[in-house]
Amino acid sequence: MGPFSRLGKVLTGEAGQTRTAQRTPSVSRASASEKRLTLELRHITKQFPGVLACDDVNLTVSEGETVALLGENGAGKTTLMNILYGLYTPTSGEVLVDDVPIVMESPSDAIAAGIGMVHQHFMLVPVFTVSENVVLGDEPTEVAGWIDQKTARDRVRTISARYGLEVDPDTYVEDLPVGSQQRVEIIKALSRDANFVIFDEPTSVLTPSEVEGFFKIVEGLKADGKGIVFISHKLGEALEIADRIVIMRRGKTVAEVVPKDVTEEKLAELMVGRPVDLVVDKSESKPLEVVLLVDNLSVLDDRGQLAVNGMSFDVRAGEIVGIAGVQGNGQTELVESLTGLQPSMSGTVYLGGEDVTTKSPRAIHKMDVAHVPEDRQRSGLVLPFTITENIVLDSYYESPISRGVQMNWSEASDRAERLVEEYDVRTPGINVLVSTLSGGNQQKVIVAREFDRDVTLVIASQPTRGIDVGSIEYIHSRIIEERDAGAAVLIVSSELDEIKALSDRILVMYEGRIAGEFDGSASTTEIGLAMLGGAGEAEAS
Amino acid sequence: MKPESDTAIYEGEGKRVTPAERRATIVGVILIVLAVFVFWVFALGSEAGVQSTFKLSLPQARFEDLAWTVNSRWLGFIVSGILAFLGGMVLRRSHVKWTNLALAIGLILVAFAFLTWAASGKSFSLVGMLRATVVLSVPVTLGALTGLMCERVGVINIAIEGQLLTAAFVGTIVGSAWGIWAGLVGAVLTGALLGAVLAVLAIRFRIDQIIAGVVINIFALGLTSFLARRVLSEATHLNSPGRFSPTKIPFLGDIPVLGPMFFNHNMFIYVTFILVIGLHFGLFYTRWGLRSRSVGEHPEAADTVGINVYRVRYRNVILGGMIAGFGGAFLTLAQVSRFEENMTAGIGFIGLAAMIFGRWMPLGVFGAGLVFGFARALQQKLGILGTPIPSEFLSMIPYIVTIIVVAGVVGKARPPAADGQPYIKD
Repeated sequence: MGPFSRLGKVLTGEAGQTRTAQRTPSVSRASASEKRLTLELRHITKQFPGVLACDDVNLTVSEGETVALLGENGAGKTTLMNILYGLYTPTSGEVLVDDVPIVMESPSDAIAAGIGMVHQHFMLVPVFTVSENVVLGDEPTEVAGWIDQKTARDRVRTISARYGLEVDPDTYVEDLPVGSQQRVEIIKALSRDANFVIFDEPTSVLTPSEVEGFFKIVEGLKADGKGIVFISHKLGEALEIADRIVIMRRGKTVAEVVPKDVTEEKLAELMVGRPVDLVVDKSESKPLEVVLLVDNLSVLDDRGQLAVNGMSFDVRAGEIVGIAGVQGNGQTELVESLTGLQPSMSGTVYLGGEDVTTKSPRAIHKMDVAHVPEDRQRSGLVLPFTITENIVLDSYYESPISRGVQMNWSEASDRAERLVEEYDVRTPGINVLVSTLSGGNQQKVIVAREFDRDVTLVIASQPTRGIDVGSIEYIHSRIIEERDAGAAVLIVSSELDEIKALSDRILVMYEGRIAGEFDGSASTTEIGLAMLGGAGEAEAS
Repeated sequence: MKPESDTAIYEGEGKRVTPAERRATIVGVILIVLAVFVFWVFALGSEAGVQSTFKLSLPQARFEDLAWTVNSRWLGFIVSGILAFLGGMVLRRSHVKWTNLALAIGLILVAFAFLTWAASGKSFSLVGMLRATVVLSVPVTLGALTGLMCERVGVINIAIEGQLLTAAFVGTIVGSAWGIWAGLVGAVLTGALLGAVLAVLAIRFRIDQIIAGVVINIFALGLTSFLARRVLSEATHLNSPGRFSPTKIPFLGDIPVLGPMFFNHNMFIYVTFILVIGLHFGLFYTRWGLRSRSVGEHPEAADTVGINVYRVRYRNVILGGMIAGFGGAFLTLAQVSRFEENMTAGIGFIGLAAMIFGRWMPLGVFGAGLVFGFARALQQKLGILGTPIPSEFLSMIPYIVTIIVVAGVVGKARPPAADGQPYIKD
């Protein structure tokens, strides 16, 4: 876009002047409310190698308005917003502020155009203080580039006072809980005079009560005349907070609705493209003998801090125990320790009455434990391997897949063919690389490998993170099948909805301890409170 | 589900302990072993009644004849006692935090006892050795600062050795032809050029940074060795650049011990001091430093606030190269005033170790540089003193210190989070 971009730059300059004139005194905004700025994405198309991420997308948002952008993972929401923030260059189409096209070559262009973004994965430097993070890129300086710490702190304090975003400017970001880190991100966006704030999946890292606080903040921003784009795949939240809901599917905007006209079911249908059953079918559980017994287990994280702090619980055959909690409260370390991937500090783990605390991952696996790891691409699969190779990853060394030193590939292929069929993995063939499969199908390959034997214990961590609704339904039903076949099941998930849909018993993990135990029918509020470490063990049923 | 108290974890079977406690045990045992060693070899090894004399001033100093005489054997006994005490304290594991301090004190005492033993019955210029420590720490410190400049923005530079060597070579030739100041400029530009090569390979072409560094090192060694043999051996007038002479800082230079150590040197050493302090404050208190560190810790975050990650990386890697160039010039324009094949002999790599030991902080790096400088000074002075230790072993000292420091003493230092990771946009 050579000649066009030059024209755009000139236009941006003019538009920039008008904007600054409008922006400076916030008092004048009320009087000038008849003139609202509008941010518009017009005919945006983004082609990645092999994938059309956005296909002729249109979206507008005005100041003082909240627009929810709803869609499944991979629908192109995040790509669209990265274009809006100058991180990606669109293949075609343009971004306009107040009908003036602006050149988006880097985030600085977006910042200059009054666009701020709160990213899903926070863009904060953990070893910097709050005020350092806020002023980064726009530092108040004295002579020789010396940073004026006082002005930096004041900048944080002014904004946090004005919008009720409480945070201490001198704390290091790595020491803050996730909710506060998000506030820092918001302050950072506002400190650059953003007129439009984009939130990318803002609630996925928050506890239910933090979500409420977050909604209040959004209301406050809206009242102050900011235009808000709220990206999510959570239907209820979109209904609650948005003035308008735009739904994306496979890179296209497929519908635009007003919350009062629709229900969650209707939204889900628009999102997926077919009617969806939002409730998991599940019979009453019949717990039998204890399979997994964890006694006073403590595990260190890789920084040497106590991540799991004296946990004790059991899981019985024929029941699903769900571990809820905000990410980073020791779930990862707990699962890695149970599966033998990480040594524990103290405590004991019994499997079917046998002490397996110091057993190797293979020994534990051989005791018929199925493990669906948290990060499928890093620890669940070998991405540059084929489906067949990934399917035999846990059994390549024993008969019939191995014949002494030689692999029996025809046996392996037969198994892969059978499992691809049985577990509904959508693939052109068993010899394609798993890296080319969609997230949902990758997850099905892992589930197929792990569940294809008489399993006594299933440990599944974030089993449906980032996969499509169809695959979620399928994997959930498979997990329940395993339970009904008599396996003990431990589910770890930061999606409370998933925990509630599957579990017969719920444990809430907070700072490495069990902060509450509930039965499967407990309310979101109760559990949410325990996720903040509040409830203790009182509500145990 | 009762929450357990923190202490419960440390009780129980007692076979599982925290890493800090395990380290304390190891360090405690090391201290006890050292105590026995000092007692056996240094104390009993010195003849009874023999004295060691440490000279505390240089021959031409204003305060003549400052000296300190001790009884060699008694000093050995005392040091051994203190070491045993420290070892016992550490083994009790009541104050795990102080493990490192105890180890540092212990090692200094051992070094001192060793010197006393080596100098028993003779007199030894302690201040000369401390002065040599400072001088010899300079190339290591400069190498470490180079590494730090690059790693703080997320680029691993193991080409420091090659940068030092090539700059030393160019400095010699240019210096011999047009004078030492021209030689200095040539050396610094050479460092910058090699820094730019590394930057292009690592940032633009995203070649594995370790391999890029190795390539530059091999290239530098091959080229300079070849040219030294072919050109310098013929045209010897190109291999005598002369050198920068020392300037004593008035007043400060006359302070006993500290004066000759720090304030009576050539300009390279003063500039190194200024660099260390300037970089430390620059890195932690200025806009340049904040932006550089953000690029090394979380480049995406830097990008989203409008910082040009690539530009910051290029700039700092090239600046780092210039520091290495300055270090190379020090070798041939201040220390020996001629170029020899592979004259850096691993200083660049020791610099990397010093960078890690100094935890990626300029002041820490300087402290680490002094430790390595001390090791090299020890090697030199003991050679002169004539100890029973074979010279081959003496020349191993700096490298052994490097291994011990990096493997054992450092503990777990935290490098910049994006160290060595190329940044890929879109």
